[in-house]
Amino acid sequence: MTALATRLPSRFLPVLATVVLFVLTFGVGSGLYDGFASGQVIANLFIDNAFLIVLAAGMTFVILSGGIDLSVGSVVALSTMVTASGLKDGWPLPLVVIAVLLIGSTLGLLMGLVIHKFDIQPFIVTLAGMFLARGLCFLISVESVSIKDTTFRAIATAVIELPGGVTITYNVIIALVVVAVALYVLHRTRFGRTVYAVGGNEQSALLMGLKTARAKVGVYVISGFCSALAGLLFSLYMLSGYGLHAVGMELEAIAAVVIGGTLLAGGMGYVLGSLTGVLVLGTIQTLISFQGTLSSWWTKIVIGALLLVFIAVQRGLIRPRQTT
Amino acid sequence: MTEPDTPIVEMRGISLAFPGVKALQDVDFRLFPGEVHALMGENGAGKSTLIKTLTGVHTPDSGTVQLAGDTVAFAEPAQAQQAGISTVYQEVNLCANLTVAENILLGREPRKRGGIDFKAMRTQAAAVLARIGVHIDPASILDTHPIAVQQLVAIARAIAIDCRVLVLDEPTSSLDAGEVAELFRIMRVLRDEGVAILFVSHFLDQVYEIADRMTVLRNGTLVGEHLTKDLDRRSLISAMIGRELGVLEAIEDASERHKVSGPVLVQAEGLGRRGAIAPFDLDIRAGEVVGLAGLLGSGRTEMARLLFGADKATEGRLLVDGTPLHLRGPRSAIAAGIAFCSEDRKGEGLVADLSIRDNLVLAMQAARGWSRPVPRKLKDQLVEKYLKALDIRPANPDALVRTLSGGNQQKVLLARWLVTEPRLLILDEPTRGIDIGAKAQIQQLVTTLASEGTAVLFISAEMEEVVRIADRIVVLRDRQKIAELDGGSSIDEVVGLIAGEQLPEEVAS
Ligand SMILES: Nc1ncnc2c1ncn2[C@@H]1O[C@H](COP(=O)(O)OP(=O)(O)OP(=O)(O)O)[C@@H](O)[C@H]1O
Ligand SMILES: [Mg+2]
Repeated sequence: MTALATRLPSRFLPVLATVVLFVLTFGVGSGLYDGFASGQVIANLFIDNAFLIVLAAGMTFVILSGGIDLSVGSVVALSTMVTASGLKDGWPLPLVVIAVLLIGSTLGLLMGLVIHKFDIQPFIVTLAGMFLARGLCFLISVESVSIKDTTFRAIATAVIELPGGVTITYNVIIALVVVAVALYVLHRTRFGRTVYAVGGNEQSALLMGLKTARAKVGVYVISGFCSALAGLLFSLYMLSGYGLHAVGMELEAIAAVVIGGTLLAGGMGYVLGSLTGVLVLGTIQTLISFQGTLSSWWTKIVIGALLLVFIAVQRGLIRPRQTT
Repeated sequence: MTEPDTPIVEMRGISLAFPGVKALQDVDFRLFPGEVHALMGENGAGKSTLIKTLTGVHTPDSGTVQLAGDTVAFAEPAQAQQAGISTVYQEVNLCANLTVAENILLGREPRKRGGIDFKAMRTQAAAVLARIGVHIDPASILDTHPIAVQQLVAIARAIAIDCRVLVLDEPTSSLDAGEVAELFRIMRVLRDEGVAILFVSHFLDQVYEIADRMTVLRNGTLVGEHLTKDLDRRSLISAMIGRELGVLEAIEDASERHKVSGPVLVQAEGLGRRGAIAPFDLDIRAGEVVGLAGLLGSGRTEMARLLFGADKATEGRLLVDGTPLHLRGPRSAIAAGIAFCSEDRKGEGLVADLSIRDNLVLAMQAARGWSRPVPRKLKDQLVEKYLKALDIRPANPDALVRTLSGGNQQKVLLARWLVTEPRLLILDEPTRGIDIGAKAQIQQLVTTLASEGTAVLFISAEMEEVVRIADRIVVLRDRQKIAELDGGSSIDEVVGLIAGEQLPEEVAS
């Protein structure tokens, strides 16, 4: 099957490129700094970025469908706020979790419906959603609310020992479960394939008799749900709720997805790519913190440069279509 | 054929207006089980629109649709599909980023433990494809296949389920004779099983071969319904165009071949690309029409793409006006006065959301370079000229390309290249999906252009067309140039060469 051999790479090239990039950045780190190439540093990558992994997974759905969700950072903040104040008011933890997830999904559903029914640019609608969610945070409290709930703190600090003395938190498990579920939904379900179809050509997907409306709205529900879940993870990480948490995190999520090889125009990409994208971002951050003297702004500059390179590379890869 | 008792589809008094266009006015249409029913009409007559009102893409302003006696009003294509109406829309409407198997089966895919069973899906897809004689890897991405194969995949999707009604809107526009024969074989099988088939094509030969009954539309109104055996070609054509046939014949006569020999404009020396086409020599003179004949996949398009620089040559060189031209992609070809009107009108060329005028102006401007603006007057003149020459309807330069009928979009694409006033015009299947009247006009246009000194490379699957207007015919087989014939050659000669040792069987149609 030579056709197979020549075809596979071009589809997976962007993702492969990201993996190579990850290995490279990590290699640079281990070459420069002692103790960089340890299992714990890798584990920390996951621990510190668990919420971003979840966000990026949700964002992958949206971008694959050809949309964009700018509200995710604000929804994370709102979720931390609801968690913190809910716990402070003595709500039971399960109720808090359910409330947070419901709020996130509902916001996503509303945005999705507006986008679909009124045929408005997702960019605009989710921008409005972003302001709305941020505003709601401050409606609850303008101050940062710390989380004192003992169960919550216990979960936050609990560690799982892996072989080799490496430890991770529950956050990591949750994030990886989300990635696994996303992988399944995108590749094994009709909904997931419809998301790809809509991203490829919405009009055709409709004429093919696929449920495009469901896919178009559904991706925002998923993204909303993921944002809420990421908000819970972020609360575990920060142990506080605050309206100014996660400012600009939507852009980090989008960056991770794009660096992970997903086409911004939709229809092409993989969740595993987004996961790798997050790891690349995390590695750069780790590198800069190991270096010690560089300001954290350098992270942003490097990410910016990487984004440009990746978008350029994608264009190069996608353009020369083979038509013989 | 005896009259079957009840129609499976009955549309009554259908009217539908788009802003500024009455696409359908009080149209009746019926379709019986076990018949192939051709829907005929010129470009823009309303065929596709009628189909889309049947399948729930458009909602008619008035009128009723009945399916097997029940009044239905589908809100979306998915519902029509569920009710047993399988449709291949004009233009390939599939998702190019998905695999072939997904394009065929998505929406009704086989499952295993809740998830999609990809292995079963590939096997099923391969089986459906095999039914229409296509053998490609179902796991390959649709985008990697040429338009013809994509069209076959769309057909495979439609026949993959048991349907009561099969709608085929110009399914054969990019198929070669063998593939059409295969499709017709399947259509006959389905018809005999009692499926009602609605078929649209601008190829009269095909229509007369397969259709039992015809409904003719003109300008959105119903002209009549006839049994095929009761309506001869002449009557059909005059019913469609609303004029006497003589008009067409006059145009066809005007596009008779002529002999010219200007200076050699473009010269290929051992030009070739590994895996696409073997090295070939070719001279094209100014004012000459060179026809490319060959089966699908014989390398016609590949040759054209090389001359245009859309693909990089791995061997040989290309000379324009005697000086070697290093083609760094289409841009340098355009700069050298070479235009390539490709067969993939959907993927290339037109900006659907812009008006006809804007599309033409964009092309003009791109050809001249951005530093030399096109004077307003010249713009209007050229736009006007080609709207008229190609008889684009509506003849309103501000109409959005998206809203044009398939055939009219094809004409705009052609106009888009013509306004750049190229020296070598490469036309890959320029008359695909274009009605017979317009076809004749385009042929005439080609000969006019040639007499004005433009060199034309003309690719068409329709051998009559090639033989009629070409001054020289280049024959391709198996990605090789095998012969060059003079203009006077007969179709049989060409077909004989194409088919090689084999006797020409179906190819001649
Ligand atoms: N979405 C739309 N908006 C506005 N006008 C439209 C739209 N779709 C079709 N039309 C117009 O309706 C008329 C009928 O178009 P239709 O596509 O049905 O023609 P057709 O018979 O299928 O022609 P062809 O042979 O070229 O495919 C045309 O005048 C076309 O411009
Ligand atoms: Mg049509």
